[in-house]
Amino acid sequence: MALVEVHDVYKTYSKDSQAVQVFAGVNLEIESGEYLALMGPSGSGKSTLLNMLAGLDQPDSGTVVVEGVDLTQLKARQLADFRANNIGFIFQFYNLLPVLTAAQNVELPLLLTSLSKSERNERVRIALGVVGLVDRSDHFPRQLSGGEQQRVGIARAIVSDPTLILADEPTGDLDAKSADEILALLGELNKEHGKTILMVTHDAHAAETAHDTIHLDKGVFHR
Amino acid sequence: MKYARLVWSNLMRSKRRTVLTLASVAVAFFLFATLASVLTTLASVTETGSESRLSTRNAIGITFDMPQSYHERLRGTPGVREATHVSWFGAVYVDPKDFFAQFAIDPVVYFDMYPEVLVPEDQLRAFREERTAAIVGRKLMERFGWRLGQTVTLQGTIWPGDWEFTIRGVYEAEDPSFGEETFYFHFDYLYELSNQTARHGWYILELEDPDQAGAVSARVDAMFENSTAPTKTETERAFQAGFVTMWGNVGFLVRAIGTAVFFAILLIAANTMMMAARERTGEVAVLKTLGFRDGQLASLVIVEALLISLLGGFLGLMGAKLMFESSDPLASFLPGFSVAIGTIGAGLAIAALLGLVAGAVPAWQSARLSVVEALRHVG
Repeated sequence: MALVEVHDVYKTYSKDSQAVQVFAGVNLEIESGEYLALMGPSGSGKSTLLNMLAGLDQPDSGTVVVEGVDLTQLKARQLADFRANNIGFIFQFYNLLPVLTAAQNVELPLLLTSLSKSERNERVRIALGVVGLVDRSDHFPRQLSGGEQQRVGIARAIVSDPTLILADEPTGDLDAKSADEILALLGELNKEHGKTILMVTHDAHAAETAHDTIHLDKGVFHR
Repeated sequence: MKYARLVWSNLMRSKRRTVLTLASVAVAFFLFATLASVLTTLASVTETGSESRLSTRNAIGITFDMPQSYHERLRGTPGVREATHVSWFGAVYVDPKDFFAQFAIDPVVYFDMYPEVLVPEDQLRAFREERTAAIVGRKLMERFGWRLGQTVTLQGTIWPGDWEFTIRGVYEAEDPSFGEETFYFHFDYLYELSNQTARHGWYILELEDPDQAGAVSARVDAMFENSTAPTKTETERAFQAGFVTMWGNVGFLVRAIGTAVFFAILLIAANTMMMAARERTGEVAVLKTLGFRDGQLASLVIVEALLISLLGGFLGLMGAKLMFESSDPLASFLPGFSVAIGTIGAGLAIAALLGLVAGAVPAWQSARLSVVEALRHVG
């Protein structure tokens, strides 16, 4: 059984009171341990797919099953719990809370668990170690470079040890050197830590680092 | 507790705004404590007085005096054990702003009729033996730094001239609402130096049986019904309440102003909370993406609002209590004025309500926020 199963999904949203159909009966399967790049023109539905897989958005019809759980059957509260336990989300613009230090930002998902303070601190230290930022743990986002902020974002995404990592253009706001470091880090997470990764990108170079690339065009997936 | 850091960090996000909001809430609750204490003190003043005493005044009004001949007739009225008289003096000591009440009394009888007013026996004896002697409340002594045996000069307003008195006694009141800021002296001294123009202001009657208060009142008023100065006799408490109503409908004014201030502050606090929440729309979306539930995020917003309103409220209420305890600027007008524990409790309850109401709208907005929409705006 695949880790992700998108079956016969339809999705329409309204824009300026016009109905825009994004998906019309699409299907997709992602096996556990895969590292996939998702490419496609703007408005093709890449972010919509990511949001559906994270339980942030629901299809009009069809099913979205992640780790054997049909997300279309869950209520808002259950979806929140599902995200906390199963999904790591990496944003293009890092989206760190500016009032918290790097360590406190990484700790955020762990506040939703029953872990003790010392256990949370240990997990945060490990996650920051994976991204190579232990020595910057007390720095605030404004004191970090773009690449460092994204690495904190990645540490936050992996700290609760989720199976599936969804990355929405993680290198879109970075210079080439920082982007390469982030891509190397994602590759390491996949290879060394067995994380399944779906990365939305417009960058062909970034897509090349993944195992495979899915092209989304006019509501159809092409591998 | 594990969310404390998050709440604290959000409060410290804009220190200036947090401090200003705290200050505005503190000022509002300082005003609340002051106004509420005026009301409770006024209420306690109207409860001052013994059940066994009546006041007889001119039926036209308290400012109209009474014939001195009434004194003996009142003393002989069935049901009346003793009667004494009181006259308003209305003089100034140095500065007219330093107001305090002065009454000309019968030195022999007055303090015997007020056992709740405590004067040392030797001081009372010295007061009775000297025509220019005065008995002064303890707080008034402290206020002007007077000492026993000191001669003080008051400038008369109703009866112009310099009036010299020698302080021979200091009284303390068992009941704080009686006040310790009054100045008593001999009526005979006033009568003589006013060229016999001073009159008795009103009379105090001590009853043989408090249950007969209604009957005695009716008897007294009937006795003077067809005289040149008809009387109005009532219980001492009703008489005090009459004094309070001379100020107008103070309670209504205080409540109206207090309510207006409260709602103004409520709007300020609610607006500040909403501004703070609106600034964090993107962050709320991120937290939801991480798995925070709607209720958790709403609770965080409510806790922030509660912290500001409760802390601001506490500072304002305690500030008022400490200020009025260390210096009592209203003592002359409102004896026993203080911020009661009940007022602080009520203030804190209102502060909690303020926090809940001010936090409700942004909390609801946080809970209802569409993550997809919000993330689209923050990228």
